[in-house]
Amino acid sequence: MSHPPYLSPGYRSTIARAPSRPPVSFKLDPDAIELTSPVFGHEEVGALDADLTRQHAGEPIGERIIVEGRVLDDDGRPLPGTLVELWQANAAGRYAHDLDRHPAPLDPNFTGAGRCLTDQDGRYRFVTIKPGAYPWRNHDNAWRPAHLHFSVFGQAFTQRLITQMYFPGDPLMPFDPIMQSIPDEAARQRLVSSFELGLTEPEWALGYAFDIVLGRTPMETP
Amino acid sequence: MTTPSQTVGPFFSHALPYERDWELVPDGHPGAITLTGRVFDGAGEPVPDALLELWLGFTGERGALSRQGGKVSGFGRCATSPDGTYRFRATRPPRPYLSLQIFARGLLRSLLTRVYLEDVPDPLLDGLDPGRRATLIAAGSGDSYRFDVRLQGAEETVFIDF
Repeated sequence: MSHPPYLSPGYRSTIARAPSRPPVSFKLDPDAIELTSPVFGHEEVGALDADLTRQHAGEPIGERIIVEGRVLDDDGRPLPGTLVELWQANAAGRYAHDLDRHPAPLDPNFTGAGRCLTDQDGRYRFVTIKPGAYPWRNHDNAWRPAHLHFSVFGQAFTQRLITQMYFPGDPLMPFDPIMQSIPDEAARQRLVSSFELGLTEPEWALGYAFDIVLGRTPMETP
Repeated sequence: MTTPSQTVGPFFSHALPYERDWELVPDGHPGAITLTGRVFDGAGEPVPDALLELWLGFTGERGALSRQGGKVSGFGRCATSPDGTYRFRATRPPRPYLSLQIFARGLLRSLLTRVYLEDVPDPLLDGLDPGRRATLIAAGSGDSYRFDVRLQGAEETVFIDF
């Protein structure tokens, strides 16, 4: 099982929000709307939307990175034309969000939100800056490892996935109740990107690879 | 080898909402319906940082993100306000139900449910006991419907594992 359980008491917010009953199992009829997904047009996503370092007049502070990967189905087939959204904290670990009270500086040249459509090979590519770790109030001395938030649609509404990508070697990962909510170690490792010299652009930006594999649609037999 | 889910977290409102995201059809669209409600946690407290997505089963011409191509889209998104309220303006769906997906801080995976605009014989509804069935039926009629989402507790909304 890849996914974390809804109730994971180490992550305090799950206690009052996790459903107390398991979801009702239901075998969809072939016409069920959950087997389809919105289609996003290329005209809806701007060419610069995938470059988070070029959304303001100046350059953001931080370590410039490239994050690239493919969106695949469970059989390894690429999913072209699917919407990938990314959002994150800045290099100091602060979100451009009104309610983030972490006393770290905002960066006027960094909003931390981007999106793109996957190409014919299911590939996406973002240019951004490496986010900082930040404290949160889950428990005493709680820190989130550096992470990027990803949102992916896929081909069925049941495949819809929001997740987080982590960076290799981050010492905070073992202490993070959100990442550790995933019971299986191999599954947790699937959220850790890999540094790739091949994606790294000389004199410009470090490259990280992160593939996203969506679950089976209910009509597919395992 | 599925990629595991993680929470949307509390800080997505600078990234995921977009202009007119809750308006699947424009104001004044003939036959438009409004769907509003609140999201509550297990203590009965409103959930001020949930993100809801509504799906009608067709993409439409309006654009799912840009809202410029035509009159009707099948997809919408709404972040809850501080009192846990969400709203959508949509067209009546081709099926008796709409698909609703819920993301929030504290939800390590999204939740999928269905909003039935009327109580009709239905393969999903007919498999539920009456009390639980009622959690999937929107209140209201005509062009105005109300559907609250209760994440946990005695009146917990039915969530679906497909």
